[in-house]
Amino acid sequence: MIAIVDYGMGNIASVKTAFEKLGYEVVVTDDIDTLSAATHIILPGVGSFHAAVEEINTRHLKEDLQKLAKEKPFLGICLGMQLLFDKGFENGIADGLGLIPGEVNVIKTEYILPHIGWNELNIEHNHTVFDMFQNKHVYFVHSFQALTEKKYVVATANYGTEVPAIVRNGHIFGMQFHPEKSGEIGVKLLQAFLQQTSTTEGVES
Amino acid sequence: MIAKRIIPCLDVKEGKVVKGTNFVGLRELGDPVEMASSYSKQGADEIVFLDISATNEGRQTMIDIVRRTAEQVYVPFTVGGGVRTIEDVNRLLQAGADKVGMNSAAVANPSLITESSNRFGAQCTVVAIDAKRVGDKWHVMTHGGSKDTGIDAIEWAIEVEKRGAGEILLTSVDTDGVKDGFDIDLTKTVVDVVRIPVIASGGVGKPEHFPEVFQATNVSAGLAASIFHENTFTIKEVKDVCKQQGVSIRET
Repeated sequence: MIAIVDYGMGNIASVKTAFEKLGYEVVVTDDIDTLSAATHIILPGVGSFHAAVEEINTRHLKEDLQKLAKEKPFLGICLGMQLLFDKGFENGIADGLGLIPGEVNVIKTEYILPHIGWNELNIEHNHTVFDMFQNKHVYFVHSFQALTEKKYVVATANYGTEVPAIVRNGHIFGMQFHPEKSGEIGVKLLQAFLQQTSTTEGVES
Repeated sequence: MIAKRIIPCLDVKEGKVVKGTNFVGLRELGDPVEMASSYSKQGADEIVFLDISATNEGRQTMIDIVRRTAEQVYVPFTVGGGVRTIEDVNRLLQAGADKVGMNSAAVANPSLITESSNRFGAQCTVVAIDAKRVGDKWHVMTHGGSKDTGIDAIEWAIEVEKRGAGEILLTSVDTDGVKDGFDIDLTKTVVDVVRIPVIASGGVGKPEHFPEVFQATNVSAGLAASIFHENTFTIKEVKDVCKQQGVSIRET
């Protein structure tokens, strides 16, 4: 069973059905017992970093999410990916989940923001599971990006600057784009996450 | 590089896709969710639904369509038409729309843009501008392009960006339905004064009209309705022509 964390940030119907399409049972919940029973945790999110952190804190989910991320495959999508980092600077400074070292700040580019639309993935590392996504287009909608060490970056997109598109720390993954809105390729990326995390790997802290 | 987007638009009336936005002689073309799903499988980069329902029942039906689309379609979609209040925006986003388009209501009450952007984010706040050439200017038209507000369309575009719109859906009332290509002058003028993505709309009669507007302006996307319906042209044909002309598009 895959659990999608329900914390009131953005709609998740497409995330849910994308995993269902892959043949998985999916629950949308903020109940810690249900989350603990899941095989994979998905943290979605649309909105601002600050507002998301407030929602997580209001629901007393922060420590639970940090604990779950150590125990099982964890995927943050869009804002959910940004929350994996230490700190965010959108609408004031807020502490993220601190699962991947780094910060989240506005994209420094001469191009227009938000970065909306279909952009190509450049696979940075030799991740065999992700190699097939080289130069494939995925759908982005964001104005803020992760600033992190190269070793955590699996893929980037060029938007006048290198924008981390897929990040990874052990079995904790983040996707800055919306795989659930990226057509067939998006569904295959979710599948790649599930495959990649089927073998347990340690999380660097 | 970011791809230019090809967007089919579906006019929906009382739960059915119809041809044309005129209220007389409408022909039903099919189920909106099935058509959206089919377009996304063909490679549409995004879908726009324009709700032209005249009744509350029709609007309620649209919410169900949005919910079903969110479950079955794996590309982003925008819903516009009849969006009057922040509650309308909220309802459509809650049902699963990625973006909500506002037009006449934004002109009548520009704070709707600000409110939507502050509450839900610029990325889901789309302002639709219908513009018509008047002398050496363009005026903002409302009520399906029939009412001249007298507002300068270029100044309005600048203002909607200031108020937090994340995108502009720009329709030329002059070229709409003429099938002789996008309004390059209008599109270029608006694209050059704003720093948010602009979707060009109105005037597509054949696939070549897409690369034409992408090469003449920095517009982010092109939208068309009738050429995609009844398979006059497929999304793939449009993308093939764009690719031949060196336009960066998403291949599926």
